[in-house]
Amino acid sequence: METRLRMVLPDHELVRLYEQMFLSREFEDHCAEQYTKGNITGFLHLYSGQEAVAVGATAGLHKDDYILSAYREHAQAIVRGADPKRVMAELFGKATGLCKGKGGSMHLFDPSLSFMGGYAIVGGQFPISVGLAFSSKYRNEDRITACFFGDGAVNQGTFHESLNWAQLWELPVLFICENNFYGIGTEVHRSSALASIHRRTCGYDIPSEKVDGMDVIAVYKAVKYAAEKVRETGRPLFIEATTYRFRGHSMSDPGKYRSAAEHELWKSRDPLPNYAKRLLEEGIATREALDAIEARCRAGVEEAVAFAEESPWPEDSEVYSDIYV
Amino acid sequence: MAEMTYRDAINLALKEEMRHDPSVVVLGEDVALYEGSFKVTRGLLSEFGEERVKDTPISENTIIGVAVGAAMGGLRPVAELMTVNFALLAMDQIVNHMTKIHYMFGGQAVVPMTIRMPGGGGSQLGAQHSQSLETFFMHCPGMRVLYPSTPADAKGLLKSAIRDNNPAIFLEHELLYNSKGDVPEDPEYLIPIGKAAVKRPGEQVTIVAYARMTVLALQAAEELAGEGISCEVVDLRSLAPLDDDTILASVRKTGRAVVVEECWRTCGLGAEIASRIFENCFDVLQTPVRRVSGLDVPMPYSRKIEKLCIPRKETIIQAVRDVTSGGY
Ligand SMILES: Cc1ncc(C[n+]2csc(CCOP(=O)(O)OP(=O)(O)O)c2C)c(N)n1
Ligand SMILES: [Mg+2]
Repeated sequence: METRLRMVLPDHELVRLYEQMFLSREFEDHCAEQYTKGNITGFLHLYSGQEAVAVGATAGLHKDDYILSAYREHAQAIVRGADPKRVMAELFGKATGLCKGKGGSMHLFDPSLSFMGGYAIVGGQFPISVGLAFSSKYRNEDRITACFFGDGAVNQGTFHESLNWAQLWELPVLFICENNFYGIGTEVHRSSALASIHRRTCGYDIPSEKVDGMDVIAVYKAVKYAAEKVRETGRPLFIEATTYRFRGHSMSDPGKYRSAAEHELWKSRDPLPNYAKRLLEEGIATREALDAIEARCRAGVEEAVAFAEESPWPEDSEVYSDIYV
Repeated sequence: MAEMTYRDAINLALKEEMRHDPSVVVLGEDVALYEGSFKVTRGLLSEFGEERVKDTPISENTIIGVAVGAAMGGLRPVAELMTVNFALLAMDQIVNHMTKIHYMFGGQAVVPMTIRMPGGGGSQLGAQHSQSLETFFMHCPGMRVLYPSTPADAKGLLKSAIRDNNPAIFLEHELLYNSKGDVPEDPEYLIPIGKAAVKRPGEQVTIVAYARMTVLALQAAEELAGEGISCEVVDLRSLAPLDDDTILASVRKTGRAVVVEECWRTCGLGAEIASRIFENCFDVLQTPVRRVSGLDVPMPYSRKIEKLCIPRKETIIQAVRDVTSGGY
């Protein structure tokens, strides 16, 4: 049962969700192009298909709630407010990048946005999220920590150790699993004995919920509710958002392990056109208005690419800066 | 002899050893259906089946622990860790278990297993994916540490590692996977563990290197020959045990040594080798031993500055010029 959109948010906010999803998709498409041109190097993991999760979830959090993620995190950073210009510059390895070109695609970070990082060691962000939540509680801050991770990450020891810890110390962590059904080429039921991931929290007595991660409104509602609960009780909760990545694991993966039929099925659930349709059907936006938004996003990303291209490389001396404070 | 890539030579070694010994099993993340994230295990699942080629969850410490147990139980597991960086999640099973069991149980148990892992920097993979951790393993007694520079050595060394009754770490350099060379087709072709190879004979300077650093050292030696400087290049191949005999004999001949290491300089293997040379060859040394090392920094992503952090042909050439011209 779909919710009528105006039950959930005012019109301009509903439209903003679309804009953020479109911007995310457009950003990733441009990244792919710049990777092919050799301007972006190293590993590049794109988020296309999963936009409803980052956008819906971020909208359900407070601005200063901490967010941590893995290496597929461009959209999470941008939706949180990171300047696409500086994100693109980071991907180009330029001095103007979010992390001065030292981090790259997998390691975005912006403390001014409480965006506490992309981590490339699968499962590395779990204990760090718990630690940040501990510091918030200790310092009596009104903030929770949202920890994003994939379906593959739940078999790391740190996942289990951190769930137990968050519950034991009563820490305000919202765990958000982006279940896109694959960890590289391994399908979730081939890596997890219990493939229904949200049910795995029962060993730690952490309530959990599964949500349609292709529906931005469903994600928003689930996260908004859960985030407020976490804030109120100071205890962890867990959301599993089922979703799909439309591209390979990274740019070097042709993704042959997924059938065309499966891909088509998920494509038909693409969060962007489906949400646009709802906005139009419910009279929240006109086609012209959406066209204008799309054009604006496109121009913004093109500007980001131009900025990255024109930006200077880091000085050689940067190699030795930031090792110690 | 057949010309093949480093990747294919490793693949061939795995296939030959699996044919040779039914107790050899392969396990790791994405090694079966996906055929390895660097495609090193291509064709294994189709030839040997699910019983022997096993995809695992992303659980590095347990991948190694399971291999340890399986080895104690009579198998000869070859575990792949997707990259050496993830070995850090398995250090407990590697250091506290794999390398201790034979010793602390008084020699009553054996752990005949091999851990394969790609590693090294230079592909703009950032600080968490570009590390050269060879020294970490060398520091700990109880395991072999092997790191080949050519397809032939890769094949022969991996086969020896799998047949050896000691645990072995077998490192593969990500930037060498596509390099080509002649490889003996003989399924009994083995490279002895603990033996370095003189890859280029020379008179004036010994360059000690390993893996991709050997490739760079050979290029440097070639260029230096044009300047009239004769270098002998010793390729370690085995980092543990180190082949002191070959290293020291070479330095006794040349009287000068440059050690090239991709890892961090501080407490790196270059420091270990330099001190062995000082301890044993002080009487013949004409100059201090020089190290060419990875910089002591986390690897930056940006390719502009990443390349400064890894030894290059030019930095090796400069070091050799320094020791031969007295400019050390
Ligand atoms: C500790 C560790 N092991 C292995 C890897 C290699 N690796 C990178 S991504 C990945 C799959 C993770 O899948 P999932 O958590 O589902 O995230 P997704 O890529 O689907 O977003 C693996 C195995 C890694 N980066 N870190
Ligand atoms: Mg996944």
